Amino acid sequence: MSNNSANSNLVTAQKAVKQLRLEASVRRIKVSQAAADLKTFCLQNAHKDPLLMGVPSSDNPFRPPKSCALF
Amino acid sequence: MCDQTFVAITFGPCDNCAKTKPLMNIYLNNEVINYCSLCVELMACQGLEKGETVAKLKKETEALKVKLEVERNKLHDTELHKLAEKVEAVGQLNIRARRVLKGHANKVLCMDWCTDKRRLVSSSQDGKLIVWDAFTTNKEHAVSMPSTWVMACAYSPSGCAVAAGGLDNKCSVYPLSLDKNENLAAKRKPVAMHTNYVSHCTFTNSDLQVLTSSGDGTCALWDVESAQLLQSFHSHTADVLSLDMGPSETSNTFVSGGCDKKAKLWDMRSGQNVQSFETHESDVNCVKFYPNGDAFATASDDATCRFFDLRADREVAVFSKDSVMFGASSVDFSLSGRLLFAGYNDYTINIWDVLKAERVSILFGHDNRVSTVRVSPDGSAFCSASWDNTLRVWA
Repeated sequence: MSNNSANSNLVTAQKAVKQLRLEASVRRIKVSQAAADLKTFCLQNAHKDPLLMGVPSSDNPFRPPKSCALF
Repeated sequence: MCDQTFVAITFGPCDNCAKTKPLMNIYLNNEVINYCSLCVELMACQGLEKGETVAKLKKETEALKVKLEVERNKLHDTELHKLAEKVEAVGQLNIRARRVLKGHANKVLCMDWCTDKRRLVSSSQDGKLIVWDAFTTNKEHAVSMPSTWVMACAYSPSGCAVAAGGLDNKCSVYPLSLDKNENLAAKRKPVAMHTNYVSHCTFTNSDLQVLTSSGDGTCALWDVESAQLLQSFHSHTADVLSLDMGPSETSNTFVSGGCDKKAKLWDMRSGQNVQSFETHESDVNCVKFYPNGDAFATASDDATCRFFDLRADREVAVFSKDSVMFGASSVDFSLSGRLLFAGYNDYTINIWDVLKAERVSILFGHDNRVSTVRVSPDGSAFCSASWDNTLRVWA
């Protein structure tokens, strides 16, 4: 019983070490570069974003135009 | 727009064993190493022989964690909001609740939009799944599930089926038919089987596969036709509360968040946990990819939402305010990624400017916790589901 739990502790610890080694070897870029890319993406797509820019009532199906014709 | 460049697969001879296999591109001491996945495993296991004691391994774990932090901090040369200082602030947003969808008899726990940008499916504690037409607020289908607390629901990419799961530990797929009189509950197809509740489910890029996350601490990929388990993902040490697939059609990664305060990035083909982020102070309730697939946001019970960049491998922004004291249950990005909509347990929805990490607006309207917030596929509106039994569509 105690042998089994000792083994499983060992296995868990080995898995943790393996996982951390893999994570440590991941390739990273500088935050400045990543942030610059995020900013560029945002600004480039901003004009296409209906929630950000707001669309005229006639285009947005969720915003009914002021006069509602009920026929 | 959605160029998922993260896990690129090259095929070629491995540096170590010289066999031609799919290679994992990793970097050791800033040198490119092209090993096949078998050699990567062997390398990571070096030194892990039987003789190792648990204590020694624990020390190595701690040392590796410190090393990971040091490596990440080396590249921390600036902050996102500093870079965005010169960017124009978001103007006044004219967002109001345009539709209120009433019909559920109990808390609405989850919702999802259809790719036709008009239909949505919602699931509730009363055990019902309702498919709505958001333009007209008509209910198109109503399905009774075998159990209550349906915590997860998803619309298939084709719009022909919905998947739902919850306390029954299963995720089932229901094909939707045009015939209103058809008994949809009879056509239910159980696909996923977990050993604890299903917290989130989503279709992958097609109707054929479903990805689920569960209270048993695992995520799993299932084949809908055969209900077979295709891949399982083990690494979280507590309930997994949410997951999100990469936005690109060719992406093979997804991100998950759980009660162990971690958010993890996974490779769907190998089942490997590629990156892990642990800066939250409490359960991570929701994770959502940024529209370009290189970053993701999380919502947590610690009343903050955080923004992580995958290529920089770290947290790059925290969305928090002293006046925001209640946990955030759900987040979603607007189409350009500039706005982050977050639903909180204090019944409000906060809109954050992602670049400047400032709150732009706060939306009131719900009478109870907001459980899910989702932006429609074309970005023209977003829907919030709440414990007050209603859904609201904002535009």
